[in-house]
Amino acid sequence: MSRIAVASGKGGTGKTTIAVNLARVMPGPVTVMDCDVEEPNVHLFLSPRDLQTEPVGIPVPKINTDLCTVCGECARFCEYNALGDMQTKIVVFNELCHGCGGCTRVCPEGAITEVDRVIGEVSRGKATDNITVITGRMNVGEALSPPVIRAAKAQAVEGTVIVDAPPGTACPFAAAVRGADLVVLVTEPTPFGVHDLGLAAETLAAMNLPFGVVINRSGEGDDTVEEVCHRHGAPLLARIPEDRAIAEAYSRGELLVDALPQYRDAFINLEQRIAEILNASGEES
Amino acid sequence: MKVLITAEGKDLDANVDPRFGRAAFFLVVDTDKGEVVEAVDNGAGRGAAQGAGVQAAQTAARLGVSALISGHCGPNAFSAMQAANIKIYTGATGTVRHALEQFHKGELTPADDADVRGHW
Repeated sequence: MSRIAVASGKGGTGKTTIAVNLARVMPGPVTVMDCDVEEPNVHLFLSPRDLQTEPVGIPVPKINTDLCTVCGECARFCEYNALGDMQTKIVVFNELCHGCGGCTRVCPEGAITEVDRVIGEVSRGKATDNITVITGRMNVGEALSPPVIRAAKAQAVEGTVIVDAPPGTACPFAAAVRGADLVVLVTEPTPFGVHDLGLAAETLAAMNLPFGVVINRSGEGDDTVEEVCHRHGAPLLARIPEDRAIAEAYSRGELLVDALPQYRDAFINLEQRIAEILNASGEES
Repeated sequence: MKVLITAEGKDLDANVDPRFGRAAFFLVVDTDKGEVVEAVDNGAGRGAAQGAGVQAAQTAARLGVSALISGHCGPNAFSAMQAANIKIYTGATGTVRHALEQFHKGELTPADDADVRGHW
């Protein structure tokens, strides 16, 4: 069972478009995981039904003031300043806590226990007999998305997994792509697109994850993308042309492979390229 | 009394740094003598990935000041300072010397809430 992550350094390049249409042309069962938990949108295209939803929480410290001696060890330990040593008492800022649990370990008095704080949810449902959709969703006002992404990724899956990653190259991106057998980096051939493709490529190289590139809105500037591919030894997997009809179908929440059959072959070819690469790497290892 | 004034430099002629958590320096000032008792470099707070306000409030509590004089104060710093019973005076402008004058003339009133949002 392989795991493909669709990612991009720059936002709005077409990650979701690639992810959902790829899912649609997969010959076998597939699970699409929407890990863009700040603004998940896979469900708009695949319409999963009979959703089962569960909350996602992180452990935050609760201080037993009867035991606390205000020694300050917890506050000194906390890299995120979620605990403040105010000399006469320790104050806790739950929204700054990353849930690492370190404070409970360094407290010499055993005065800190952990309580769950809900920061989001994960839902799952079937879009078709073949397609399962898992959606991670962070609550409005929260800032810490990796725990929600990890919760989505911890769900049981069927068949090939396609992760729709959040944009960027920071922690949420890393949390989403970690463990992928192949990362599909979607870019557009603009200076911004190419710049952020370079950042994403460097991050993936540092994470030792194999990747290929899809050029969306292909046309003028493709050579600048090809140069990045060449530099990183990454295959160019597909080109999706600049076409207003694609944007129109997208804005109606339609799948390109259904609304615009002329693009169906492009996604079938992409699926086959990915399968070839995964097969080849499977044989190597 | 001992107050903490946020500043861009180390002496009375430095400008007030309008931020608390990410101020360049924390000056501990004796308001009776009008002298800087101690200048604390806040490089760590400036570089903090998050929670600079909480960190600054801890420093204020550790330094044992009874009040803060600054330009603004965010929500986390505000509640941490309240927990330590440190009064907060916002709206200070100009040099540290000028801020002290504002304080003595009663032109700065104690804030009863944060006046800016986090990450201001």
